[in-house]
Amino acid sequence: MLLLTCPCCGVTAEETEFAPGGEAHLKRFGPGSADEDYESYMFNRKNPRGVHFERWRHAYGCGKWFLAARDTVMLEVFGTYPAQTTEPPAEIVEKIKARRPDWEGYA
Amino acid sequence: MSETLTSALPGAEYEGFVTVREAGLQGMITLRGDLGSKALAKAVTKATGCALPAQRQITTEGDHALAWMSPDEVLILCPHDKAPALVETLSEALAGEFATLANVSDARAVFRLSGAGWRDALAKICPVDFAPLGPGDLRRTRAAQVAAAILVDGAEEVRVICFRSVAQYMFDLLKTAAAPGSEPALYR
Ligand SMILES: [Zn+2]
Repeated sequence: MLLLTCPCCGVTAEETEFAPGGEAHLKRFGPGSADEDYESYMFNRKNPRGVHFERWRHAYGCGKWFLAARDTVMLEVFGTYPAQTTEPPAEIVEKIKARRPDWEGYA
Repeated sequence: MSETLTSALPGAEYEGFVTVREAGLQGMITLRGDLGSKALAKAVTKATGCALPAQRQITTEGDHALAWMSPDEVLILCPHDKAPALVETLSEALAGEFATLANVSDARAVFRLSGAGWRDALAKICPVDFAPLGPGDLRRTRAAQVAAAILVDGAEEVRVICFRSVAQYMFDLLKTAAAPGSEPALYR
């Protein structure tokens, strides 16, 4: 079971109260960008076995989007943080490094 | 010709290990905006008598109440017939503010659960630990397959708000959850 804490309303709830929104921290490439960048933005997603950063929405709760860092194998959640964040916050990265010393870092 | 307004399931009632009742007509106004704004707080308190609630809380004053729904949303509860005028009053008071108001009274259904076993009944249909919830608390979640807001009014009294379109589903669900002899007895 995956338990997430919504940073917008403070509720810790079980996965079925949330809706997954795919990979977090995507950089948008729109009109005028290179074809490879646009293709990558549209279609290419990380699919890691381990540490991953995702968008989630508290669909049955406050309705807000937020971001979560978790392990896709163990379902361990390292932390959740506001959606208005363009890269993993330092304290989340620290937590992950402490729990997964061999993690290669966010790229 | 005058319109006859009715709630979703007038008079619906079920005696289980908790009593489930459709609560009848309830005025409900959705207010969205910057809840940190002092002008907004002042206007809302002036119109309803209630202070803005803290996160996941309900404040009550007479027949008005405010329920914290999200960081930028408060549900105003008032007598059903007063809702249109209250929307007008607040719209004027909040004219320059970043805020929107909508009378959602007839878009929702409200059920009242009475009895010490309300946590046991709701725990069967919601993915929530109800142990920490007490009077004045609010929890938005799902009840089986539909969205629900649970307002704890007293030690043995809660309200469940859902969309009117799923009122029958919710009533049937609550009846099943409250069936006599089916208490999971999680909370004693
Ligand atoms: Zn939330």
